[in-house]
Amino acid sequence: MPTDPELLPLGIDGILVRFAQVLSEAANAQALAFKDQMQNVQIDGVTEVASSLTSVRIGFDPAQTTRAAVMQAIRGQLGSAGASTDGPRRIWRIPAAFGPDYAPQLAEAATLAGISRDRAIAEITGQITRVIAIGFAPGQPYLGMLPDHWDIPRQSNLTDHLPRGALICAVRQLIIWGADAPTGWRHIGQTAFRVYLPETGTPFAFEPGDAVQFTPVSDSAFQAIKADSSTNGGARCEVLR
Amino acid sequence: MPFLNIHSAGPGLTVQDLGRPGWKAQGLSTGGAADRLALFEASAILGGAPDQAVIEMMGFGGSFSCDAPTRFTLTGAQMQADIDGVRLTPYKTQILRPGEKLTIGGAKSGVYGYLALAGGITTPPILQSRATHLTAGIGKRLESGDRLPFATDPDLLSPPCKLTPQDRFGGGQIRVMPGPQTGFFATDTLADFTQTDFTRSARGNRQGIRLDYDGNGFPISGGLSIVSDLIVPGDIQMTGDGIPYVLLAECQTIGGYPRIGSVIPADLPTIAQAGPGAALQFTFLSVEEADVTAQSDHVLLAQLRSNCVPMIRDPHDIGDLLSYQLISGVTSGDDLERP
Repeated sequence: MPTDPELLPLGIDGILVRFAQVLSEAANAQALAFKDQMQNVQIDGVTEVASSLTSVRIGFDPAQTTRAAVMQAIRGQLGSAGASTDGPRRIWRIPAAFGPDYAPQLAEAATLAGISRDRAIAEITGQITRVIAIGFAPGQPYLGMLPDHWDIPRQSNLTDHLPRGALICAVRQLIIWGADAPTGWRHIGQTAFRVYLPETGTPFAFEPGDAVQFTPVSDSAFQAIKADSSTNGGARCEVLR
Repeated sequence: MPFLNIHSAGPGLTVQDLGRPGWKAQGLSTGGAADRLALFEASAILGGAPDQAVIEMMGFGGSFSCDAPTRFTLTGAQMQADIDGVRLTPYKTQILRPGEKLTIGGAKSGVYGYLALAGGITTPPILQSRATHLTAGIGKRLESGDRLPFATDPDLLSPPCKLTPQDRFGGGQIRVMPGPQTGFFATDTLADFTQTDFTRSARGNRQGIRLDYDGNGFPISGGLSIVSDLIVPGDIQMTGDGIPYVLLAECQTIGGYPRIGSVIPADLPTIAQAGPGAALQFTFLSVEEADVTAQSDHVLLAQLRSNCVPMIRDPHDIGDLLSYQLISGVTSGDDLERP
């Protein structure tokens, strides 16, 4: 069980509570639970609470409070923190294509993971992952965790453009790409799923904790799914509790 | 409702305001003007609220006309501008009348210029803001032929004023505070960083700017495998090649490249406005020193308002001086006695 979270500055209006420097399911559960806890308490001058994989940022207004006062309030909350043990509330099943046109770096990623391309696809689609963080771009999920041998680093150079819906991987995680931005992650599959629908009343598809499984489809089946605008990339969402 | 017509648009025109705070948990960064100080300066000159929407112009302006008279001002990057050929100076109250054409050219110093109308641009807000957030797919780059609604100037005849811009257009010394990952860097690497002369690369946008330098990189061991974490504008990320990027308003909310520290908000406008080739050096503050630089928007605006000075027009600046009725009120002296 990770203990003794670090309290660190993140900007002149923020404090980062870091539960671990290495990603683990326990640290992620602690971060998500602490985010929920901090969102439910009223602390003077606190403006915003957001979580990532293993940390929570508490934003505050320096005109209303001080860093020292917020740190003290956070320490008080940490004393009563507990990790959530609830299972996922929802499970998403999302079709993904893995042909060479749609997964240009799959072979490279499989080599780095020390497995065959086919085995890589089987592992990516066989596992039920969890939304362990949302961010980088609006609604974009960090999904984890793949088996240990997927602990492959980011590439050192940046890929300038990836198509929306790209499935990318690094450091035992998968992301469904939602942004038009450079990335160091490798492109290993393609979905037609949009993580963020700004024109709708519920713009963000995922919540932290959601379960996600990818369904492998052929390139031609994928093209048909992509052409059909009546569903969001053929995804199905089942409410579990 | 009056409209501002865009007859021609440079490639980097967007509607901006102070952005959307409060959505980081959903992955949406605050966004808003790359140089938010310029919006407060415009607010001080025109008297409107600082959260009114303006047009941000990256590198190059465009040409505009309106169908109702309005005061406006140009802040941020210094861009050559004229109304029907009559040269304008930035950081002053100006008036644009129907039938006139405002033309704004390229940036002579700085990167982001702002065209602010007295009543503000009134496009429909999305998530409580009018700011275009290109990476989030909110809004779009403005194009020739676009028409933007604006609020009628509430005080067209108020006395004009001018402001001396806070100098931030030529690079310089930038103050950095430690962040959650500063301790991941070796002491020698941190020292190298503060002793390196950087230049602003030609690569950059509203998400961030790249810095060029001669010499060794600024690596950390295992830097490509660290856990992705929350990031904020001002953070200085090191890519795997050890190239620093300073993140700006439209940055992502989570990132995996290690961050050596964070530019304090007071110096972020200088980063945003540093043109390609501008020299930048970094110096570290302690957290306590950085916290002291925090300034509330309220205080900032009050300070800028008190720096505004009434504008007395120099006849040399009035291109159409002879069209003015300069001797109104002079009489022959016996008008009232005449039958």
